[in-house]
Amino acid sequence: MIGHQRDENPAGIHLPLDPLPGHSSRGRLERVLRRGEFAVTTELNPPDSADPEDVYNRAKIFDGWVDAINAVDASGANCHMSSVGICALLTRMGYAPIMQIACRDKNRIAIQGDVLGGAAMGVANMLCLTGDGVQAGDQPGAKPVFDLDSMSLLETCRIMRDNGKFLSGRKLTTPPQIFLGAAVNPFAPPFDFRPIHLGKKIAAGAQFVQTQYCFDVPMFRTFMQKARDLGHTEKVFILCGVGPLASAKTAKWIRSNVPGIHIPDSIIKRLEGAQDQKKEGKQLCTDIINEVKEIPGVSGIHVMAYRQEEYVAEIVDESGVLKGRQPWKREIRRDDQMVADRLDRILHDEITETQVDMVKTAH
Amino acid sequence: MSDTNPAVTQATQVKKAAPKSDYKPADVSPQRRVQRSFAIRLWSIRHSRLLEWFYSRFADMFLLLHPLWKGLGYGRVETPIKFVEKRVKGFMFDCRMCGQCILSSTGMSCPMNCPKQLRNGPCGGVRANGNCEVEPDMPCVWVKAWEGSQNMEHGDKILTVQKPVDQSLRETSAWLRVTAQSAAAREAAVNANTGAPT
Repeated sequence: MIGHQRDENPAGIHLPLDPLPGHSSRGRLERVLRRGEFAVTTELNPPDSADPEDVYNRAKIFDGWVDAINAVDASGANCHMSSVGICALLTRMGYAPIMQIACRDKNRIAIQGDVLGGAAMGVANMLCLTGDGVQAGDQPGAKPVFDLDSMSLLETCRIMRDNGKFLSGRKLTTPPQIFLGAAVNPFAPPFDFRPIHLGKKIAAGAQFVQTQYCFDVPMFRTFMQKARDLGHTEKVFILCGVGPLASAKTAKWIRSNVPGIHIPDSIIKRLEGAQDQKKEGKQLCTDIINEVKEIPGVSGIHVMAYRQEEYVAEIVDESGVLKGRQPWKREIRRDDQMVADRLDRILHDEITETQVDMVKTAH
Repeated sequence: MSDTNPAVTQATQVKKAAPKSDYKPADVSPQRRVQRSFAIRLWSIRHSRLLEWFYSRFADMFLLLHPLWKGLGYGRVETPIKFVEKRVKGFMFDCRMCGQCILSSTGMSCPMNCPKQLRNGPCGGVRANGNCEVEPDMPCVWVKAWEGSQNMEHGDKILTVQKPVDQSLRETSAWLRVTAQSAAAREAAVNANTGAPT
């Protein structure tokens, strides 16, 4: 049991956990949420590179601070390493990724294939998104696919998992065991429809939702009130999206260039008035976390610190949302050490073994 | 040709007129409509209740004519009916002829006009003024759908989760399909009633 953490398969960190009754996945995130613990998820900034080390390094700074890492699927329609690729790397190292699937780039045939592939690699959580329009990204001339929408994607995944069938009705030999997520944006019109829309997503199969960046807590509170009144909070885990703003200038840029993010003027004023805007942005994020964690029905936070990933640990620590709990952390194990030692010998010792030599020594 | 007459599109005008802080896309969508208005589409949404009432009468009438369609052959009447349907619905709702009309579940706002063709509700990118993320000068189809459905008698149909679009039904008549389906359902019900005692 030495070195074996809670929610880790003792036979190997990359292996799925034992199935628990009532759980639809074999991942850590679902276990944490169903135990009633306040979950923390974050987002990995996908590299523009083919080097796996880039992914590992970017994941490493979250060690011991988050329960799951979102592998984004070309967010903002900007081209990066694919979410499937990132998930393949992360699952190999024992991380719990949330594979994002956007409907913008793939049709139903490709998506269902990726769901199976992802689940086979050990991805336990999938987040079903519509995706930003291609006009928002660096390649606006691309063909927008949008064959499914977030709702029918959720339903497709749910049918694959629960009925063990493709959308066509063809049977799966082994259905994917996945925890299904969706995104909600309580900060965009039509505001009174948003909580109802969440209900629709739950009906389609959502088990957890991550919200868009929350900078307007009163607005979020109204949304949560309505969601509670409709009984949604008993059926779905809501993770509130938060994140630090680097400066007032960035905030203004985000407000006018990134679709669907609502930043009130008071936030920008507060940032402008600060001596150290970066520090104030971080403080603001911590303050918002402290407010939203008290709202009934909020099961966790989703920290999106784009290009400020190094602050995630500090923000989580300062807001004290973990209450002393330590999420899974990658640790060096005995067998890792053994492999490292052996590799070291092979790499550094002068061993020149030819077959002739081997025959000679055998005699 | 283009250098003698530089085209100033509506999207360009909006782009120029909008305050600097407004969100401007890097480019326009492939579905961009140039220099047109959404007046008729918006009228239809405002009068969603009237259209709902009218459509239910209209569907009943089509169902009454089922023997006629059957006699002539659904395949044969498809072309003329589609011709009419495409123009009427095209005029009123900017119909895209997906062939599986759900206008009565979406407040008479055609969801295929959404650049992302969402059939289950708005995306998260709706602008603060209720306009589309992709087409800054177009009111969000789903903001309007929610408004339209509020006026309708069966507006709560907006809550049903819609299946993905069957692309193989594109450019076919939804009117005839619905009629044929309800006629088949009616016959099945009659058969079940008469067939059960024997």
